[in-house]
Amino acid sequence: MDKGIDRRDFLKLIGIGGALIVMDTGRLAGAADNKMAQDTLSFIQLSDTHWGFNDPKINPDFAGTLRKAIAQINSMKSQPDFIIFSGDVTHTTDDPKERRRRMGEAREIIGGLRLKNVKMMPGEHDAGLDNGEAFQEYFGTTHYTFQQKDVNFIVVDNASDSTSSIGDTQLQWLSAEMEKLDKDSRIVVFTHRPLFELYPQWDWWTRDGAKAIDILMPYKNVVVFYGHIHQEHHHMTGHIAHHAARGMLFPLPAPGSVPKRVQIPWDNDQPYKGVGYRSAVPKKDAYGYDLTEFPIIKV
Amino acid sequence: MTNIKYLLRIMVVISAVVLAFAWVHIARLAAETQTVQNPVANQGHEQVIKITVKRFDYTPNKIRLKKGVAVTLVFTSLDRTHGFNCPGLGVRTDIVPGKSNTLRIVPQKAGRYEFSCDVFCGDGHEDMSGEIIVED
Ligand SMILES: [Cu+2]
Ligand SMILES: [Fe+2]
Repeated sequence: MDKGIDRRDFLKLIGIGGALIVMDTGRLAGAADNKMAQDTLSFIQLSDTHWGFNDPKINPDFAGTLRKAIAQINSMKSQPDFIIFSGDVTHTTDDPKERRRRMGEAREIIGGLRLKNVKMMPGEHDAGLDNGEAFQEYFGTTHYTFQQKDVNFIVVDNASDSTSSIGDTQLQWLSAEMEKLDKDSRIVVFTHRPLFELYPQWDWWTRDGAKAIDILMPYKNVVVFYGHIHQEHHHMTGHIAHHAARGMLFPLPAPGSVPKRVQIPWDNDQPYKGVGYRSAVPKKDAYGYDLTEFPIIKV
Repeated sequence: MTNIKYLLRIMVVISAVVLAFAWVHIARLAAETQTVQNPVANQGHEQVIKITVKRFDYTPNKIRLKKGVAVTLVFTSLDRTHGFNCPGLGVRTDIVPGKSNTLRIVPQKAGRYEFSCDVFCGDGHEDMSGEIIVED
C-alpha cells in the first residue's frame, strides 16, 4: 500500500463521489486501498438530528437535511462497518405521544440507510423527560457494549437521567465492562454529553463525568466520541481524547463565546454551514483516530 | 322628585371618581410593597433573595450582589423539580416543589456569572437561565 495516502484521504476519495476535493490524487491506489478498507475498521458518527425541530430561520430544510445525509452515506462506495447516532435523535417535546411520533418517524428515515449496522443512543432531548422510556421503546437499550473488528465500543448513557448524570448503577456497570478488557486494547466510548467540564454553564458537561474518566484512565488506548454541543471540538483529559461531532440540523456557538447559548441561524450564502457528520478510522501505527468531517451537499 | 334624582346621579358620579382614585392609589402602594419585599428582604443581618422558579424561568433572573457580602438565595418552585447551577461561583442546588431550597453565597470576585437550570425540565429548558452580577 502506498504510504502516501492515509485513511483520511482514502475516505475522502470514496466519500461522496467527487463532491469533495480529493487530496493526493496523484497517489491514488485503487485495489490496495479497497482491500485495506475491508480489513480496517471505519465508522460514521452522526449526531443531534433533532427530528421534530421545525424553525425555518435556523434550518429551512429541517425536514430534508437528515435525508440528504442518508443519501450521501448510501452513495459511499465502501460502506463503513457501522453508523452511530450519538443522541438527540429527536427534538424534545413535553407531549409523550408526540415524542413517540417523532421517534417513529426518525426510525423510519434512518431505516433508509443501505448500511444495516446502526447503533442508537439517546440525548437529553430524547430521554431527559421520561428517563429514556420512549427511546427504549423505539431504539432499545441506552447503554451497551459491542465489538467491531479489533475495537471495543462502550455506549454510556448520560442523557436519560435528567440531572446530566450517568448514575452510580451505570458507573458500576462501566467499571465491570472495562475490567473485562486489557489495559492496552482499543476502546471507544460513546456518550451524548461531554464527560469533562467543557462549559457547565451551558450544560456542556456530565455531573459525575469525572468518575467515568477515572474508570477509563488506566487504559492506554481509549477515545471518547460525543455529540450534544453541535460543533467539532477536540479535548484531552490526560491521554484520553474527546471528540465532539457537529449536529445534523444547526450549529451552536463555541463554548462561552456569547452570553447565551442560542442556535446559529441559517445563512443563505452558506447553506448547511456547520452541520454534517464524520467518519473515523483508527490510526495505523498509533493511538487515536483519523477523522473526516463531511458536509451536507445541496442537491 | 327630579331634584332628588339629579342629586343621586351626582353622588353616584362622585363616588365612582373617588373609588377610581382609591383603586389606583392602593394598586400603586401594593406594587411598591412588592418591590420592597420581593425579591430582596432583610432577615437579621444577612441579605435574603427570594427567587421564584417555574418552567422555564427564574424571577428575578438578574441578581446584583456585592463582593464579600454574604447572601442567602431562597428558591421556590411553582411546578416541578428544577436546578440552579452557577459554576462560576461554584454553587448548585436542586429546587424541589414544596421544599425550601437555599444557597448561601459570599461572592469573592466581581464579575458576571451565568446560572442555568441543570435538571432537564421540558421544551424550553435550554432557555432557562439568568445571571448574577457581583459588584465591587
Ligand atoms: Cu443534547
Ligand atoms: Fe442537541
